[in-house]
Amino acid sequence: MEKRVTFSRWTIGILFAVPQLLLIFTFFYWPAGQAVYWSLTLQQPWGGGNIWVGLDNFRSILSNADYWNSISASLIFAGISTGLAMFIALVLAALTDRQLAGSRLYRVVLIWPYGIAAPALAMAFRFILAPEAGFMAVVNQVWPGFWDPGLDGTDAMASIIVAFSWKYVGYNFIFFLAAFQAIPRSLIEAAAMDGSGVIRRFWDIQFPLITPTIFFLLVINITESFQDSFGIVDIMTSGGPANATNLMVYKIYSDGFKGLDYSGAAAQSIILMLLIVVLTIFQFRFIERRVHYR
Amino acid sequence: MSIFKQGLAALAAGAFSIALAQPAAAEPVKFDFWFGLSGDLARVVDTLCKNFNASQADYEVVCTSQGNYDATLQNTIAAFRAGKQPAVVQVYDVGTATMMLSGAYKPADKLMEENGYKIDYADYFPGIARYYATSKGEMLSFPFNSSTALMYWNKDAFAKIGKTEAPKTWEDVGADLQAMKDAGYECPMAINISANESWQLMEQFSAIHNQPIATKNNGYDGLDARLEVNKTKFVQYVTDLKKWYDAGLIKIKSKDLGQDMVQAFASGTCQVIMTSVGDHGTVGKTQKEGMNWDVAELPVYAGTERKNSLVGGASLWVLSGKSDAEYKGAAAFLNFIHDPKTALFWSTNTGYIPVTKSGFEYMKGQGFYDKAPYKGRETAIASLTASEPTEITRGIRLGNFTQIRAEFGTQMQAIFANKVSVQEGLDTLVKNGDAILDRFQQTYPGKTLP
Repeated sequence: MEKRVTFSRWTIGILFAVPQLLLIFTFFYWPAGQAVYWSLTLQQPWGGGNIWVGLDNFRSILSNADYWNSISASLIFAGISTGLAMFIALVLAALTDRQLAGSRLYRVVLIWPYGIAAPALAMAFRFILAPEAGFMAVVNQVWPGFWDPGLDGTDAMASIIVAFSWKYVGYNFIFFLAAFQAIPRSLIEAAAMDGSGVIRRFWDIQFPLITPTIFFLLVINITESFQDSFGIVDIMTSGGPANATNLMVYKIYSDGFKGLDYSGAAAQSIILMLLIVVLTIFQFRFIERRVHYR
Repeated sequence: MSIFKQGLAALAAGAFSIALAQPAAAEPVKFDFWFGLSGDLARVVDTLCKNFNASQADYEVVCTSQGNYDATLQNTIAAFRAGKQPAVVQVYDVGTATMMLSGAYKPADKLMEENGYKIDYADYFPGIARYYATSKGEMLSFPFNSSTALMYWNKDAFAKIGKTEAPKTWEDVGADLQAMKDAGYECPMAINISANESWQLMEQFSAIHNQPIATKNNGYDGLDARLEVNKTKFVQYVTDLKKWYDAGLIKIKSKDLGQDMVQAFASGTCQVIMTSVGDHGTVGKTQKEGMNWDVAELPVYAGTERKNSLVGGASLWVLSGKSDAEYKGAAAFLNFIHDPKTALFWSTNTGYIPVTKSGFEYMKGQGFYDKAPYKGRETAIASLTASEPTEITRGIRLGNFTQIRAEFGTQMQAIFANKVSVQEGLDTLVKNGDAILDRFQQTYPGKTLP
């Protein structure tokens, strides 16, 4: 009797899950499976046929110095831009939470950057950071040759990091502010009455209480910096100069769509996926231990 | 992301026009033409299409811009794999090898023959025809928008250093640039060193000096061709450019830095640039008031016998898998474009040059080249026809050449940023370029170029 009931629950459960499973299968597992298949073959772009090459695509990518350069550029980009975007957002949110004059205005204004599409903001930063015509031209007047993203890889990397961080400060700000406001006022007031200053209250009360949010944003920011950087790189540097900003996601695009090397691009996207999975597992395994959930 | 949007729009447009293409009695047969030009040039193509539709009642061409050359090729491939390809598509010069191996086209010469059009293929300028023809000389596609690289020079600046003519040799260029620098010009010459400039810096230079870019006659004779620009005169050229850059005679100008080469020249900031004849109109329209300038053929090193320069631009391919009625329309369309009167319309409204001798003669007869703003554009024809094409100056037939151009940009940037020496940079270019060619060859096992 009990068995029957369990069985019928099982079918109903599956029935409810089917639409969702179908969607996931069509838009995630099927293309991902296709990418895995392509990465193991050499595809003729016009669909004229393909040859099974096993792991050759991976071997040739991983033995290519340019690819390792692209991986390290992506890691540098992810590390610095995540750090910058989170730190600035944290400071801004903490200040806004203190309800200083004008904080209502900041609360609205600071979330705007996230609403701007990456190519549009990249275009804006291209003008701002142009060494001959933009804001940086003034700096170059004072120190000639100081800023040259056209030839200096470090300058180019700095430009895309600034543009990306600017966008994600807005995103992070919303979450940080919400987290701060979820902390009971009484805790902070009690600490204030005990005589602790602003900094002290931040480190001993607010910071530990928002660690779940910090952890969440860390995971999201790192993942997005691998994926959402495409539009910014495409408009601002096209991966140059001399591959200095050829991030993994941009290299996939240029090899696959411009170079018509579909198999190589598929293999690279598998590697990128694995890298993000490994990074995320690492974060959950080692950083989440220090997170205090209430 | 816009690429995906364009792709979707293109697919939608394709599906839409196919739905409309069901032939009803007396309705004109519709067929699609996808092209990669945008802005002003796209409007000229649209007018061209309207003129074709108005010139006869049997066919109607539906012209859709895909934004740029890369996107046109990508979208066409996607459409072809889904069986929704256009009848005619514009493919850029360096996509020729990829197209030839695709098996997705109907040879243009066969199409015209089947539909009763007689095209005199000897009428095409040989430098243009050979670029798109097979190694046996058959035309698989029709040359459409064509250009070549020229040197633009500021007459006022050269007058200041006592010159009334453009320098003919690179030795003279070096001396003139130095003289202009001494006369107080901040930017005697502007170049850019991204993937796009592979065309004028590497490809045109090599052709004019009859230097190979790759073995096997630049790839015409087989997929096993490999680069060899690290041991030709090109090495000396890059060395000189770098030397002049270090001496402040050459400045790098690109859009990313705030001002591109053409803007820098038109505004009078820089005195010499090398760019396509297609920019002739832009310079004329945007130049500083009263500035005197002209165009000249690209210089050569002293003692070099000048050869023809290479054509740049795109050709029209007819894709396989369409109905006979659509092929009839496509043939009529290609025939219309081939007409000298269309050549005059096309060249007047764009900076492109006529592709046939009869078109050129017709335009000369109309007095096109006698007065500003078109005066000077005949230099492009002189450059293209400087000699009969040799085995090497026919063109470049290398797979995935877009990626090789990208590698060119990367290595030039590394050289100019002093990260590597000229020889090291060019050696890396050859090494990485060969890996790209090797991969292309592996993708098409057992296939040969027609």
